[in-house]
Amino acid sequence: MPKLAFHPDEVKVVSKRFGQGAANIDRYIELGGYAAAKKCLAQGPEWIIEEMKASSLRGRGGAGFPTGLKWSFVPKQSPRPKYVLINGDESEPGTCKDHLIFLHDPHAVIEGTIIAGLAIGAKLGFIYLRGEYRYLLTIMEKAVADAYAKGFLGKGIFGSETEFQIITQTGAGAYEVGEESALMESLEGKRGVPRIKPPFPAVVGLYGGPTVINNAETIASVPHVIEMGGAAFASIGSPRNGGTRLFSISGHVQRPGVYELPMGYNLHKMIYEIAGGIRGGRKLKAVVPGGSSTPVLLPEEIENLGMDFDQVGKAGSMLGSGGVVVIDDQTCIVEFALRTISFYQHESCGWCIPCREGTDWLKKSLTRFHAGYGVTQDIDNIQYLAENMMGRTFCPLGDAAAMPTLGFVKKFRKEFEEHLNGKPCPFAKHIELAVI
Amino acid sequence: MSQESMSIFSPQVAARFDALVKKYPVRRSALVPMLLYAQDEIGYLSDAVIAEVAERIGITELEVRNVASYYSMLRFKPAGKYNVQVCTNISCMLRGAYDLYECFQEELGIGHKGVTADGMFSLEEVECIGACCWAPAIQVNYDFHDDLTPQHITGILETYRGRASAEGSVR
Repeated sequence: MPKLAFHPDEVKVVSKRFGQGAANIDRYIELGGYAAAKKCLAQGPEWIIEEMKASSLRGRGGAGFPTGLKWSFVPKQSPRPKYVLINGDESEPGTCKDHLIFLHDPHAVIEGTIIAGLAIGAKLGFIYLRGEYRYLLTIMEKAVADAYAKGFLGKGIFGSETEFQIITQTGAGAYEVGEESALMESLEGKRGVPRIKPPFPAVVGLYGGPTVINNAETIASVPHVIEMGGAAFASIGSPRNGGTRLFSISGHVQRPGVYELPMGYNLHKMIYEIAGGIRGGRKLKAVVPGGSSTPVLLPEEIENLGMDFDQVGKAGSMLGSGGVVVIDDQTCIVEFALRTISFYQHESCGWCIPCREGTDWLKKSLTRFHAGYGVTQDIDNIQYLAENMMGRTFCPLGDAAAMPTLGFVKKFRKEFEEHLNGKPCPFAKHIELAVI
Repeated sequence: MSQESMSIFSPQVAARFDALVKKYPVRRSALVPMLLYAQDEIGYLSDAVIAEVAERIGITELEVRNVASYYSMLRFKPAGKYNVQVCTNISCMLRGAYDLYECFQEELGIGHKGVTADGMFSLEEVECIGACCWAPAIQVNYDFHDDLTPQHITGILETYRGRASAEGSVR
């Protein structure tokens, strides 16, 4: 079982029930669970959406879209049924926070889903977990069954006449399905290929009905927003970035782990104090701040960097999924870039040509480059390829592959040059030359 | 339905599938989970699995294959009884995943997607499995093993060999 990390600087909101046995429904209720859903049932949809807007809670999947605003886009009247869809297809390399939510606090996901359903007037919600999370799906399924047994889900929830049902779903291995329209395709029993937008899911989503899609961490935050009030939740974070965030800190740190910190927390402090600094007495070389698709940051760029959507955006990267990957000075950035692009090449669904061809050529170029067969022009070619993928695909996977590549080439050009003309990699030995 | 009598799945799994197709607003939503659960029982998506799933969902076999080929966990060839999946993505790579993967290859004598001669183990290099903070991590079938070093490998493989022989003696 994954270890829970602790640090006194943490502000435990979403993770406050971790390690408390809250997967058991009675224990969850004892710890204050399902009170928020009952309150929402009494207060009604407009009140819920106002609280959500006041909370400044923004989507934890990566895009950072304000949750209250997203919910308010769903039309009140709809000829087709409305749905809530929870994205637990956590697959962004460097991110493992939802893993802990499903493991330790599955009822928070259910309660948040109920509240989202009440807010938009949906009677059915789906909780979709990636296929690899089978043991977590078992935990979620048990939690859902227990909630039905208590009358918290079903035809009349909490003794009211309001209906809300939840269906759990498993994926079967596909990063792309984490993209919201591909997620709907997968749930409809199809290949996980994205849809053209517009129409947006809030208008035409799952089975053609208006659909709200929220990340698991976002939805697990919702009961806490209701419990403490939107304004109080907002006050924990930084301006326009309400609340806390589960940061998955991984890589070359002394104490990797998932830590819950207020939005806007200093990244330097996060690495050196929360995670104990770089292991083995080495030095920091670079940080990937928000999962593998976010552009890399240099040590001098993180000194005064607050980890919220706006500040990281201003620094030229993204907060993304909150996956902080820490890289020490003994790491080959070319190899790291190659491993990153190999992932996107593997996961590209192949629909959009710039992504399908771009990731493939980038992988080929970087493979050759890392093996010492690169020529000077390759560096510019890699940059040219990546630049021409940006903004030219239907879903964000193309950008997700191009952005980090551009970051590596621009910020570590010298290291790329050190690999030129048959020189062996100064650091690594692992990725071998594929036959191209 | 006549399926019950001629199903290639065990009665438990067949009953589960009967319930699964009724669970969603649209029958086809059962497809991806059904394929995965079918594979869990049969070991891979054989022609017979594809045919029965297609019939149960009410779509063509071609449509089933079209969907199944998209998902990386679904396979059309048998794997070992225990499928060892080593994550080598960035967070695991930084903490020694490639050393781990090499050691698994040596220990098992097989490479990516290989199967041992006795059919006990197969090996796969996989993308991120969502255990980045407990890296390097692997999955054996659906079990996670995290914070590993090459020293753990023999013990892990022994555990599964033991499990297999315990199951064998019960039969």
